[in-house]
Amino acid sequence: MSEQIVPVKTYIVVFAGLIGLTLLTTWVAFIDLGAFNTVVALVIAFCKMLLVIFFFMHLRHSGGLVRVVLLAGFFWLALLISLTMTDYRTRSWTPAPDAWSTNAPPTHP
Amino acid sequence: MSTATLEPRVQAPRNYLNAEYGWKSWLFTLDHKRIALLYMISITFFFMIGGFFAVLMRIHLIEPQGALVQPETYNKLFTLHGVIMIFFFLVPSIPTVLGNFLIPLMIGARDLAFPKLNLLSWYIYIVGGLFTLYSAIAGGVDTGWTFYTPYSSTYSNTQVTAVVVGVFINGFSSILTGLNFIVTIHKMRAPGLTWFRMPLFLWSIYATSIIMILGTPVLAISLFLLALEHLFHVGIFSPALGGDPLLFQHLFWFYSHPTVYIMILPAMGVVSEIIACFARKRIFGYKIVGFSSVAIAVLGFLVWGHHMFVTGQSVYAGLIFSFLSFLVAIPSAIKVFNWTSTLYKGSISYEAPMLYALGFIGLFTMGGLTGMFLASLATDVHLNGTYFIVAHFHYIMVGGAVMGYLGGIHFWWPKISGRKYPQGWAALAAAIIFIGFNLTFFPQFILGYLGMPRRYAFYPAEFQVLNVMSSAGASILGVGYLIPLIYFIWSMRYGPVAGANPWGAKGLEWQTSSPPPPENFTQIPVVTEEAYAYAAEEKTSRG
Amino acid sequence: MADTHSEHVQTKYAGLAHQFEDLAQQHDADTLGIWLFLVTEIMFFGGVFAAYAIFRWFYFAAFAGGSRLLDIRLGAINTVVLLGSSLTMALSVRSAQVGNRRALVLFLVLTMILGGAFLGVKAYEYHQKFVEHIVPSLDWAPEGEVLARLAPGGLDHAQLYFFFYFAMTGLHALHMIIGMGLLLWLVLRARKGSFTPDYFAPVEVVGLYWHFVDIVWIFLFPLLYLIGGRY
Repeated sequence: MSEQIVPVKTYIVVFAGLIGLTLLTTWVAFIDLGAFNTVVALVIAFCKMLLVIFFFMHLRHSGGLVRVVLLAGFFWLALLISLTMTDYRTRSWTPAPDAWSTNAPPTHP
Repeated sequence: MSTATLEPRVQAPRNYLNAEYGWKSWLFTLDHKRIALLYMISITFFFMIGGFFAVLMRIHLIEPQGALVQPETYNKLFTLHGVIMIFFFLVPSIPTVLGNFLIPLMIGARDLAFPKLNLLSWYIYIVGGLFTLYSAIAGGVDTGWTFYTPYSSTYSNTQVTAVVVGVFINGFSSILTGLNFIVTIHKMRAPGLTWFRMPLFLWSIYATSIIMILGTPVLAISLFLLALEHLFHVGIFSPALGGDPLLFQHLFWFYSHPTVYIMILPAMGVVSEIIACFARKRIFGYKIVGFSSVAIAVLGFLVWGHHMFVTGQSVYAGLIFSFLSFLVAIPSAIKVFNWTSTLYKGSISYEAPMLYALGFIGLFTMGGLTGMFLASLATDVHLNGTYFIVAHFHYIMVGGAVMGYLGGIHFWWPKISGRKYPQGWAALAAAIIFIGFNLTFFPQFILGYLGMPRRYAFYPAEFQVLNVMSSAGASILGVGYLIPLIYFIWSMRYGPVAGANPWGAKGLEWQTSSPPPPENFTQIPVVTEEAYAYAAEEKTSRG
Repeated sequence: MADTHSEHVQTKYAGLAHQFEDLAQQHDADTLGIWLFLVTEIMFFGGVFAAYAIFRWFYFAAFAGGSRLLDIRLGAINTVVLLGSSLTMALSVRSAQVGNRRALVLFLVLTMILGGAFLGVKAYEYHQKFVEHIVPSLDWAPEGEVLARLAPGGLDHAQLYFFFYFAMTGLHALHMIIGMGLLLWLVLRARKGSFTPDYFAPVEVVGLYWHFVDIVWIFLFPLLYLIGGRY
């Protein structure tokens, strides 16, 4: 196989990083950062994901096609979420008259 | 090998049909060509069931108060007609029959990348189909094929779970097929077959497969959540408990709109092949047509909100979706212009496949243009929920996709079976289908414009004439569909032997025998010419 | 059928399927295939993550209240366990690459043990939800301290939170169970010596699947356990 063999040490170091990030994200959850709690948690999760993808899943050594495929997956998920949110985020801009609804949609700041 | 059943003629050489006999050699086959035939038989079976429900509906609608069934039953008829036709006929049709059969032949490979997954795809399709048939027999489903919540999740007491499980399972068949095709096209092309030498059929199958991979899982999750809600009444789709019915629609249509491109793109690919062969000319603007296929696949994911203009979706989201819906028409139109340009100054002959291809271009254009009416927010408010929509999608799905499928079957039948079919009957059937189709569905445009709602079991008396015309057309259409079934079966025993390339077409599939040997090619071909290299031939014939 | 040809080829290259020219092409195809499948999984889980995000945005207070009822220690422990199983999975692929059969089997078995531990903790957590009567539809009757925590955000909306909790972790657990089955299959094949440095694609393919399931949990942990905030 033409694939490179990753040294055991690399895997251990990556694992240590993953554990460290897990402890970090758990610790941060106990600190009040307001809206930033979400952001920090997602950023840390994103970093952990990148470590797993690049090192455990060998994306470092994989060709361009695989990277494009993976990017397409994330991009499509982003499309699903963002275009759906154009509906949810803008519904309150033209609220339906109260008389129309028995359960008013949740108003949101 | 038995020769007793054949007329006195030379015993057929070893090919994929006679290499092995017995039901095990078919049900456990790994040969993509046999799997294609397994699919062909199954989808024909489901087409007949879906068509049967349509016949019942059209009979019922002869009378304004309904001539045949109770309204509750009528709801079940249109639901199962839709579910079966879309998920068990249209979505699989060209990819699993023509795609499975032709892709390895067209790229010069011995089989698809994953033959076992291919067979598994068929079995998964059958299991999904059985669940759906069970739901029909055990009382039916009355939610519409769109399963809108909260009716389907909270209020309907029909077999929602069973049909949803059937469609969910069938989704895996789609995913595995698309996966197989993408890997095959990327990794198994013959030496010399670059991307831009591939037949356009492969480009359209590739684009279709992208949609299958990216879209079907979202259908799966939306059906999964729907089933959970139906079983456990939790409320994510139910306003009474704080849920949002539109969330289901967003997830559902995120898949179901691109799925209409799954249904039409392969037909467009077939049309490209047929036009090139029967105009004896390279497809005009080959690269643009190829890129348009991919563009349709991508843009098709951005427009799903146009199904939700009148549901309570935000007007601003509606604006965005409306604009994007206009964009997606562009690559489709480009293809129509390119086919027409190909025909111009081509050396045209009117065999059956060409009749279907020409019919496709006309009917797809009509269906597509009426889609523009619907993409426009304001007009859609008037036309949504009416027969205009029904006519629009039937023009594309039946006038487009089904005619594309039939054209493809007529084009490649000699390759698949080694036999030719009677040209006269084929042309007659094509004409009957064309006439029957237009008589069935054109009146529905008018009905919709005049305001007749869809999915209603009765209608105002003033609409009766148009409804009767539509039903009459449906009976003609039914006759038209039966004729090819008869002569294709007839041809397998009595049709003249076809030979490797009866149409004189370009493409690797025509360079091997008809029917092909199990391993497709005795030697893997090396490709040296561009796709549709008819020009040299044309120049010599012109002198 | 084409048996004579493929048999000959197969004695030369153990594990080469007849439709491929050589093992490199087969390996490329297998890799592309599994990544495409993982993309379908991204869209599948992505759909329910999207739904979760929308409802969390609607009913933040209720979701935060529900989230704080989850045991953060068990969630964190499970995260570490699953990350460990990803490590052992990566090491098992590496063992196959270098042809070390004993290490391959060992690491596969370790992966299974860690995966089993994860599922065991999950089962315990589910059991706890029944004890506290916060299982939507099946056993929804929060009382006492639990009720006091959930009431401010709205009990109906809290039920939605727990619906997502069970749906998302349940789907994840289902994928893990399938993964355990695949691992068992690998162990049995590895012990027979089916894998060589030239042919170990099934190990790689299952490995990629396993890592993906790990990544889903990497996101589930903060989204379900942490974003309520514990301060």
